[in-house]
Amino acid sequence: MNWTRKDLIAARDLSREEIEHILDQAAHFEEVGEREVKKVPALRGKTLVNLFIEPSTRTRTSFELAAHRLSADVINITATISSITKGETLKDTAKNLQALHADIIVIRHSSAGAARFLADRLAVSVINAGDGAHEHPTQALLDAYTIRKKKGRVAGLNVTILGDILYSRVARSNIHVLTKLGARVTLAGPSTLVPRVFEEMGCRVCYNVEEAIADADVINLLRIQHERQRQTMFPSIGEYASIFGLTKERFARTKPDAMIMHPGPINRGVEIDSDLADCERSVILQQVTHGLAVRMAALYLCGSVQPAAEAGKA
Amino acid sequence: MDEVAIERALTRMAHEIVERAGDTKAVALLGVQTGGVELGQRLAEKLKAILGHPVPCGVLDITMHRDDIALRKKLPVAHKSHLPFDIKGRHIILVDDVLFSGRSTRAAMDEITDFGRPARIQLAVLVDRGHRELPIKADYVGKNIPTSKEQKVRVRVKEVDGVDEVVVE
Repeated sequence: MNWTRKDLIAARDLSREEIEHILDQAAHFEEVGEREVKKVPALRGKTLVNLFIEPSTRTRTSFELAAHRLSADVINITATISSITKGETLKDTAKNLQALHADIIVIRHSSAGAARFLADRLAVSVINAGDGAHEHPTQALLDAYTIRKKKGRVAGLNVTILGDILYSRVARSNIHVLTKLGARVTLAGPSTLVPRVFEEMGCRVCYNVEEAIADADVINLLRIQHERQRQTMFPSIGEYASIFGLTKERFARTKPDAMIMHPGPINRGVEIDSDLADCERSVILQQVTHGLAVRMAALYLCGSVQPAAEAGKA
Repeated sequence: MDEVAIERALTRMAHEIVERAGDTKAVALLGVQTGGVELGQRLAEKLKAILGHPVPCGVLDITMHRDDIALRKKLPVAHKSHLPFDIKGRHIILVDDVLFSGRSTRAAMDEITDFGRPARIQLAVLVDRGHRELPIKADYVGKNIPTSKEQKVRVRVKEVDGVDEVVVE
């Protein structure tokens, strides 16, 4: 297929063919990470700006390393050191970065739509690294990559996403990617955090954890997003852990080859039992490794598209 | 070139490789994605028949090292490189279908050094069509075919296209 997107904003925009193309390319980049020289000159001379208006370690480091491995130059801007604290608007910050001839802007922002806002106004490539509770497309792509690699396929698998769905951009992006690839998605958690409206996205909604994970091939756990919740959504962390946490007892009653995933950061003893996070059926750290390959693929594809290829912009 | 001509050219090239290789145990082949992959495997089979010991054969994807990524209308698809041996101290023979500008060969050499430092790199191509843009020369050539720059040289192999032939269009 011929890749023509300069931006990667939302998994919702991607076709099944585009998703599979990114995953196929990621397989190549995973191999690059195993070489003696873990670097290829694909984006040599290009400049990537990590514009992180919301805190992040994993995603920012992953994008930075991915860019380094493609030989791009990287600048990191975080909210505390940027002029945003002096009252500059997001648009002005981004326009300034473009004026410095940045080629790719990777943005993480607490407001949904921030990435689309920039992509519509800038000629440079914009990659969404998480915008509010909207989307986090590269996380969903790396989750799909991990499932495909471990299980050999995505289509036909039962994937249960457990936890804070309402405030989770990871959940939304995952639902789009997984349903497009033909998986059956079940959402589970407290009813305050898993509204029925998600059934409209083609998911099964379930409030009983045992029932939700009984026939799951993949269990994707999500952290409680305290920073986004404006009110108390459940009585206490202890109660959440006892009713909705993945405990050893609950996990013992799942399919013998059910796999545990988590986008991180994990809260041991809350959504997942500490021992389970480290068990051999947990692929949490492999997800991190795969994230690098998937982000290299995304940067390579979007960063190599000529601005002229997308008509009507710039 | 038809099936017989390709077969004979590869057989001769295999013998030339053996003739010029010092330590044949150090020899390893690397087929360049995508046109050199099957040719590399065939040369490896022939070398094994002549030498009586297997000759390792890998696959090299040069997409990321190309100097024309930004110039192309269609973004090239990257494949996996697969080197089933340690490259250090090896006598590497790069295998490709057509030698034209020499830019793919330059990219392949850069790619190889990402994996380590081989003792030597040589180049084997089925067709040398001229029009070099870099100071690169093949060590083993199946056939020299004079062409104009506008022509296209198609190498088809049984494993992929169902037929062995070289056609100038």
